Amino acid sequence: MKAFAQLFLSLDETNKTNEKVKVLKDYFSNVPDTDKMHMLALFTGRRPKRQINSTLIRNWAIEASNIPAWLFEESYHVVGDLAETMSLLIPESPGSSSKTLTEWIAEINNLADKTEEEKKLWLIESWAMLDRQERFVFNKLLTGSFRVGVSQNLVIKALADVTGIEAPALTHRIMGSWMPEDYTYDQLVQEQNAADNISRPYPFFLAYPIQETSEKRKSAEDVGNALGDASEWQAEWKWDGIRAQMIKRGGEIFIWSRGEDLATEKFPELHPFLNALPDGTVLDGEILSFQNGLPMSFSVLQTRIGRKNLNKKILADSPVATIVYDCLEYAGEDIRYKTQSERREVLEKLQQETAYPEVFNISSLIKFSSWEELESIREQSRAMIAEGIMLKRKSATYQVGRRRGDWWKWKIDPLSVDAVMIYAQKGHGRRADLYTDYTFAVWDGDKLVPFAKAYSGLTDAEINKVDYFVKRNTLEKFGPVRTVKPELVFEIGFEGINRSTRHKSGIALRFPRILRWRHDKPKEEADTLESLKALLGE
Amino acid sequence: MAKPLLEFTDKGIYCEQGKFYIDPWKPVDDAVITHAHADHAYWGHKNYLAHHLSKEVLFYRLGEINLRTVEYGETVTKNGVQISLYPAGHVIGSAQIRVEYKGVVWVVSGDYKTDDDGISTPFEPVKCHHFISECTFGMPVYSWKPQAEIFTDVNNWWRTNIDNGVATVIVGYSLGKAQRILQNLDLSIGKVYTHGVIENTNEALRRNGVILNPTERITAESSKEEVRKGIILAPPSSVGTPWMRKFGPYSFGYCSGWMALRGAKRRRAADRGFIMSDHADWNGLVSAIDATGCECVYLTHGYTASFTRYLNEIGFNAREVHTLYGGEEEDSTVTEGEEVKETAPSGDVVKEEAQ
Repeated sequence: MKAFAQLFLSLDETNKTNEKVKVLKDYFSNVPDTDKMHMLALFTGRRPKRQINSTLIRNWAIEASNIPAWLFEESYHVVGDLAETMSLLIPESPGSSSKTLTEWIAEINNLADKTEEEKKLWLIESWAMLDRQERFVFNKLLTGSFRVGVSQNLVIKALADVTGIEAPALTHRIMGSWMPEDYTYDQLVQEQNAADNISRPYPFFLAYPIQETSEKRKSAEDVGNALGDASEWQAEWKWDGIRAQMIKRGGEIFIWSRGEDLATEKFPELHPFLNALPDGTVLDGEILSFQNGLPMSFSVLQTRIGRKNLNKKILADSPVATIVYDCLEYAGEDIRYKTQSERREVLEKLQQETAYPEVFNISSLIKFSSWEELESIREQSRAMIAEGIMLKRKSATYQVGRRRGDWWKWKIDPLSVDAVMIYAQKGHGRRADLYTDYTFAVWDGDKLVPFAKAYSGLTDAEINKVDYFVKRNTLEKFGPVRTVKPELVFEIGFEGINRSTRHKSGIALRFPRILRWRHDKPKEEADTLESLKALLGE
Repeated sequence: MAKPLLEFTDKGIYCEQGKFYIDPWKPVDDAVITHAHADHAYWGHKNYLAHHLSKEVLFYRLGEINLRTVEYGETVTKNGVQISLYPAGHVIGSAQIRVEYKGVVWVVSGDYKTDDDGISTPFEPVKCHHFISECTFGMPVYSWKPQAEIFTDVNNWWRTNIDNGVATVIVGYSLGKAQRILQNLDLSIGKVYTHGVIENTNEALRRNGVILNPTERITAESSKEEVRKGIILAPPSSVGTPWMRKFGPYSFGYCSGWMALRGAKRRRAADRGFIMSDHADWNGLVSAIDATGCECVYLTHGYTASFTRYLNEIGFNAREVHTLYGGEEEDSTVTEGEEVKETAPSGDVVKEEAQ
């Protein structure tokens, strides 16, 4: 555990990519193989199951810290991280432990059938054996929120350097469902082929945005200058659903979401079509709610995401189908090396053979002869229930991760309104102890009605200024939330708007974020609820 | 009920009987100053009273002011009110102000720390009826390590940087942290080079008779190669400036109590964060307040709301008051990064403060 705690600390202590890779390589070179696999699992989001619920951990930590519960909560709001708060508040003890990461995780997993008393005793004893930094990573393991300031790409890069295996191959080998208890380091570094693990998905190829926000609007000319001849590109609508990789191998089917969650059981409507595919087929596409053969807005699909049980009503109200746009494996062969056009032919052939054409849709290609023409077609995105346009170079292979060059997304500009900030709350992580999470309101007559929360979109310097404002213009405090003097106006961007019975304003926004601070606008000139509702498009 | 001896006004802490203010933030006739940081020593008062060791720094920062200085423990009487200064341990020359009239004693802490930093006169608890205290780090998550441990880390980091062929930049406020760092570095490793703003403060302190370790001011003529073998002592305002970048590649260490929290540390993007503060930590605050034996404690700046609540729960009579203290250095997460008002490193621009 000491090595793992040190790894965490060292990664925190440098902002330089090369340094981080060096730190990761040092770790890989110095710990037992089982520790390497545990670290890899943790750094790629495969955390151990939570064995003690966090309320209990919190209560025991309050007890051990010997401070009132409210002060513990206040401390948590200052620190912005529960594991760190606990590690700072529990008094230090002289004990130490030489257990490895693997041994600690085994102990955690063994808690499953222990009584509450036994768990508590174990936890108190464990805290006493660990120094502050070890205790912090240990608490992270227990509470399960394991986010590290290092991307999977860097971990892979370091591992590639250590093993001599190329990064894309390694990325592929750590995809899918595995746990460090059943996947050894030897297996990872040995030669492999797709058949070794029939459920394993390929790494997703992700598009780069052509424009980040409404401010950096790109014209057809800009796009042409950047991408060259329009005839070298294929264009499709950018569908607003759930990105998924669908696998048929060895008579079994698997549906993977972008977050590498196995979601096969969540979409029973897709099973017949997937089962009917030839063995050794992997498709990449979007899952959407469909009605009468047409895709519906994401908000319809949203009603069934996260549900444990899909009852008849949900299946009837929000039936899903796919719009497939790529084929990664055909007849058991990895065809990612083929060109976009070649893969498209394979895909079209598969779709022509399907007996389920209403579920197995294919993303149609948009005909265009110039960037100007495509720019005007893009204006129809909202009507198409699409988020914009995807551009794929016809000669492109299917690559790993987010890459500049061959896949681009050209999203439509967000909808926006000018709104007044009325509540503020402290953030987490590197925004801890700063007011960074805001609630915005628009006018309804002479009242301000809250309608959206947003966390992102301001620069660090702007956040500091808003924080300064909040601290000096607080009207009331409700726990961690402050009501602030309505004065600051921001332009809030969002991707979609829907009616909602859960919100006071009667509407819910999709992906609200701050586009810019409107220093030029007094609060009286912020938008109204009426103008917001006009965007509902009903 | 008679008026309290000290009251909180919109100009600062005021003693009506003695007709003087303590650390006022608006121009007044008579000001008693706890220490020379900008949020406590403002410009524009007619008369200043401060500790002897603050003299040259006050002149350097505020120019020609009408200043009377005293030693710790010396008493000045104004209209029957006895004023005396006691060490606060915050920076060189920092003082708590003890005010007594007709047997009632008030103490204004200014900023303070309870640990001995080896350069500021160590904090001395003063018995009083009313204690006006800061609480910059008044949360239990703040708990400082012994200074020797921190400097072992600093010195090891410096050695490692030399081995790796990168320059070492250590950042701390020009009055207080800079001298504390300077006096605790292991000078067998190399020489200490200073940013102009810090060197100006060092010179003022030396004029005051303070003996500091040798330093060399960085000028346009300084050899980059030589500087890289030593350690560069720089103020927070120089972080990320072209002045600092010219010493690259370097490792940059930030010395502050805020480094105790991972979020704050990541925000400042330092290569190394050393948890080193000139303010008392949680236990230091509670024990200092306890040691005064006061009937009532007033919390001026820091985590005032929760600290006040806690003190009341454990049996103190505590009140939260609003002041403008906490601008210059560690209190401020807001203003950092905006405080650059310097010209060339050798220039004479005095203000490095925020606001």
